[in-house]
Amino acid sequence: MAEHAVVVDRLEKVFDVPERDPGLVAATKGLFRRKTREVRAVDGISFTVDQGEVVGFLGPNGAGKTTTLKMLSGLLHPSGGEGRVLGFVPARRQREFLSRITLVMGNRNQLQWDLPALDSYELNRAIYRIPREEFAPLRDELIELLDIGDLVRKPVRQLSLGERMKAEIVGALLHKPRVLFLDEPTIGLDVTMQKRIRTFVADYNERYGATVLLTSHYMADVEALCKRVVVIHHGTILYDGVLSGLAETFAAYKTIGVALENGHADLSAYGEVIHRDGDWITLRVPKAETSAVTAKLLADEQVLDLNVEDPPIEDVIELVFAQEKPE
Amino acid sequence: MTTVPQSVPREAARIRSMVDIYLSTARMAVASEFQYRTGHYFFLLGMIAEPVIYLVVWTTIADQQGGEVQGLSAGYFAAYYIVWTLVRNMNIVFGAPYWEYRIREGDLNRDLLRPVLPLHYDIAWFAGWKVVMIVLWLPIAFALSLVFDPTLSPRPAEIVTFAIAIWGAYLIRTMLQESLGMLCFWTTRGAAIFDLYMTVELLLSGRLVPLPLMPDWVQDISRFLPFQWAFYFPIESLVGDLSNQELVQGLFVQLLWILIGLAIFRVAWRSAIKRYSAVGG
Repeated sequence: MAEHAVVVDRLEKVFDVPERDPGLVAATKGLFRRKTREVRAVDGISFTVDQGEVVGFLGPNGAGKTTTLKMLSGLLHPSGGEGRVLGFVPARRQREFLSRITLVMGNRNQLQWDLPALDSYELNRAIYRIPREEFAPLRDELIELLDIGDLVRKPVRQLSLGERMKAEIVGALLHKPRVLFLDEPTIGLDVTMQKRIRTFVADYNERYGATVLLTSHYMADVEALCKRVVVIHHGTILYDGVLSGLAETFAAYKTIGVALENGHADLSAYGEVIHRDGDWITLRVPKAETSAVTAKLLADEQVLDLNVEDPPIEDVIELVFAQEKPE
Repeated sequence: MTTVPQSVPREAARIRSMVDIYLSTARMAVASEFQYRTGHYFFLLGMIAEPVIYLVVWTTIADQQGGEVQGLSAGYFAAYYIVWTLVRNMNIVFGAPYWEYRIREGDLNRDLLRPVLPLHYDIAWFAGWKVVMIVLWLPIAFALSLVFDPTLSPRPAEIVTFAIAIWGAYLIRTMLQESLGMLCFWTTRGAAIFDLYMTVELLLSGRLVPLPLMPDWVQDISRFLPFQWAFYFPIESLVGDLSNQELVQGLFVQLLWILIGLAIFRVAWRSAIKRYSAVGG
């Protein structure tokens, strides 16, 4: 059995958030008595990630994804439970730990704004104590893989979002981290750039056996990179398993695509007709009735072609995210 | 045969690595700040307005009182406030209010991901910034000297002490401001405390007036506080007439305040980092 790179055991993070009503009276009251509300951002979650595994960490905004990643990368102290990454307790922030991980946040700039990325890479070399003879070949290899050779000499402020993101990723990987926490690394990028970064992450994972925990709102990222997903919502884990199993667990229906000899037949008696494209009709039917409906279609209609599918992953995720917080 | 403990080469490697980090960071700062040289020049020119006002006031008073104020000549005032401009620059550090910005904007997340205490990065970055400012300051100091005719004839020991003391001043103020900045982990309304601190510092450091012009009791209090060692002492080491013993003592007091500041920072940092809520991304 592969060794766990990440172990999360009943991890909790509770924030005390100040709050008050609008208006002058409430502001004056606040001077004497400050009201706070306890927000359980992460509520006792547990999961593990094996060495070299790429896991999608999914959830709607405010679900607790980024808070979890921040605890696992040593930025935040947990309120309870424990996280371990490569055997280290992240909150202790040991040099050996920080030198083995990276956290890339798609909306944050970690490079020096006014200088070419090459200068920031040089600083990372010093900070991570990368021997010079290892540094230059690795830097050049990463630059080549992401095809940013002509960009790293420009001041970072002059790069487009996508270009900057690629330069950020090179900077974050120069110390060859064994665990990558990627928090929406493709946010705001065009489709081509997203694809490029996905390919790169997959390549890096394969080449160095790195463990990756990825959050993304783009299901294409998750489908391309992750066999397994962990779904978090309202600070608790709703699902931990293979990506394809999500639909099995959460979708209450399946879709039946069918082509008939009589393309204009009315199939509404079999299920909800959700799409019609020429002779091809797509039906939505309750999961439990799929077999019966399929058998009836084959018996009653002149079927040319038929397939049964789970709903698209985006639809399933939407269903999961729509779940109410348990009381 | 003597055996060298393994920890010695490891410690040597650690020191070499820290020197590498400091030099790389300072080099980056120099490269970055030179891009804004015009802006810095205007900043410097704006900054000399404050000492020039003090200088004109004290020179006028000295002239009205027969050329001296409590034994300090117009030439002394000119020298004091010209050197003041450099020491004031050395006193500019990553101030306490910057911590508020750093936390609010999420910049601290980036700093915390690095396996180096952010304090090292701050010291190294602003040390590089100082190099740029000293280069830009030289022609301004020359121009001021032509206009105000300072009395300045330092001994070699005074020049050496001054060269060390301005960096001592930089480190004292860095430690104090960074320690004060830790308050930002407890409150988002630190500005009032920072302002109070700045006012006390202004009065007791020698920035507003040379300390000999302050009442005796103020001078007595200021001797036991860090402020004058980051401002008055470096200026006086070059402009005044301190004995060699006083110069060495002054450097030791600076070292003491640096260590006290560092100890306060380390204790505050350990508690502060546990409270960090990593907002802003």
